[in-house]
Amino acid sequence: MNASDTPFEFFTVSYLTRIGNQSAGTLTEFLSGLEQCSDASIFHHTFQTLSSHHFLTEGFSNDFAQWAHADANREDLAEQLAALDVRDYLSIAALRSDLCRVVGDYCAAHAGFAQQTALERFYFCESVEVTLPFGLTARTLEEFRNGIVHLSHASFYFHFVSSRLRLQLRTNDFSHWLADGLGLGTLAEKVNRIDIYTNTLESARAKVLGLIDREGRNA
Amino acid sequence: MSEVAIATRIPLDDYAALLGEGEIEELRLLAKPLRGRSIEMINSTAVGGGVAEILTRLLPLADELELNMRWDVMTGGDDFYGVTKAFHNALHGAPYHSDPKDFEIFLANNERNLGRLPLDAEFMIIHDPQPAALIEGRKKNGNHWAWRCHIDLSHPHRGVWDFVEKFVARYDAAMFSSPEFSRALAIPQYLFYPAIDPLSEKNRELESGFAARTLAQYHIDPSRPILTQISRFDRLKDPVGVIRAYRIVKRYFDCQLVLAGGGASDDPEGAVVLKEVRLEANGEPDIHIIELPAWAPLEVNALQRASTVVIQKSLREGFGLTVSEALWKKKPVVASAVGGIPVQIIHRHTGLLAHSVEGTAYQIRYLLSHPEIAAKLGENGYEHVKENFLITEKLKRYMTLFLAMDRAK
Repeated sequence: MNASDTPFEFFTVSYLTRIGNQSAGTLTEFLSGLEQCSDASIFHHTFQTLSSHHFLTEGFSNDFAQWAHADANREDLAEQLAALDVRDYLSIAALRSDLCRVVGDYCAAHAGFAQQTALERFYFCESVEVTLPFGLTARTLEEFRNGIVHLSHASFYFHFVSSRLRLQLRTNDFSHWLADGLGLGTLAEKVNRIDIYTNTLESARAKVLGLIDREGRNA
Repeated sequence: MSEVAIATRIPLDDYAALLGEGEIEELRLLAKPLRGRSIEMINSTAVGGGVAEILTRLLPLADELELNMRWDVMTGGDDFYGVTKAFHNALHGAPYHSDPKDFEIFLANNERNLGRLPLDAEFMIIHDPQPAALIEGRKKNGNHWAWRCHIDLSHPHRGVWDFVEKFVARYDAAMFSSPEFSRALAIPQYLFYPAIDPLSEKNRELESGFAARTLAQYHIDPSRPILTQISRFDRLKDPVGVIRAYRIVKRYFDCQLVLAGGGASDDPEGAVVLKEVRLEANGEPDIHIIELPAWAPLEVNALQRASTVVIQKSLREGFGLTVSEALWKKKPVVASAVGGIPVQIIHRHTGLLAHSVEGTAYQIRYLLSHPEIAAKLGENGYEHVKENFLITEKLKRYMTLFLAMDRAK
């Protein structure tokens, strides 16, 4: 069996939500918050909430879109914010820039709505991440599969979703190692194409495992 | 002795069937670097109230993970608890007539406890305002102190908060149940949700037939829709508003209303509210007003499980764990967008939020008309609770806090 010289090391991760000092009650304040909040806050309300609400596969993509929909009652703005796919971004700066552009354009086009008070305020928060080695490593595809089976939701999310920012690549930890460690570029690509917005973390994990099993059978 | 001894053992593996092996393994991994290190929780009561209920379940779990966690209760006289009750209400935004003597009583009782509590654990967690001044006893051993606030501080009485804030500002961190409850503080503030225990009597699966027997006991018809609000008889829970919403729904659906809760017999205000509720119900046979004993977990469990829609129409709310309890049972919930409820009810995803009697009635009618949507909301709600509001998640959050504080040293 093909074995990698560089083992894949599984991590476990846990998050705390730190409450920031900024909040917004109107779209204008919301735009100002988006411009000034920390990178960690942008990460929290987009990437991190994708993890904590991973079981929702319809209509929920990030906290900003949800607030525009449920509290600011601006359905059209909510749709535009929800359409931003975090997988397209290599940096928080680029994601922030697009969020600000969408909200800024909306405020400019709908000046009357920009000052309307939302039902509930939006509170800018950020994630504090604590990682620990899971105590599992993999050199072969079989060991890799075994590790994925044992991961918690948070750990699976850490390797499969939030790793994109860490790697500054349009890929994830799993695909990165499958391609570079095992030379399985096609499998890596298929794993990377799994849609994190229309899957729960559990169904995404099942798809990764299914792809690995198929690869194993074809080997 | 100030230490609360808990005899119950809750094997961690019992949770694996509900949460999966991966989640349990993660708890063990997070606990590993904390094993043997001391943690002290301090609050003001060993029984009654949400904090005591949570700690009673949290400590055995911590023990399973070999964490050295102890729970101490501060003591005080009637005068102290009278003052802290007034402070509690004032911090919730109720009127308060400042009396310098109150502050003296508060400080004197905290000082008395400084001498009798160990306060030397590596991680000190102080719950709520009553013991907040124990920070005066902070040892010079570099231990970590965090203040866990379980109450809504969004509109506190200025004078009382200014007094409490002087102590809170000296902690290393503060934790709140909702971002809305946080204050402008220089120390880090974290979001910490209350939690339910899926294996407790209030939330575990019931033996077959128990729910049916409970309905029969209270003469509730299982063949027609049941709308339920579980809460003590308190004006802030708006039981009269619930009856008015029910009456609107009743024009369209042949349903029943259950208002069940305790706290009326030993609370003078509760008895008055109960009277108001009975007056509003006007003897209508499909309105079931049930006065439960203060601790009736199995009955609450059964009534929630038998409900078609669960309501929580509070006017003010700390967190409202009855919402999580209902969601855990996969029930569709219609609730007010107040306090910690919007954290649990993501509108149109894990339940429906409302802002008025009419809005509450409309959302209930919508769910009764669309049972498939009601079922989907219930499913999503269950997953939301599983991910965020279970006791295991709470312990994980504490361990993450300890590790984060340790690393920030």
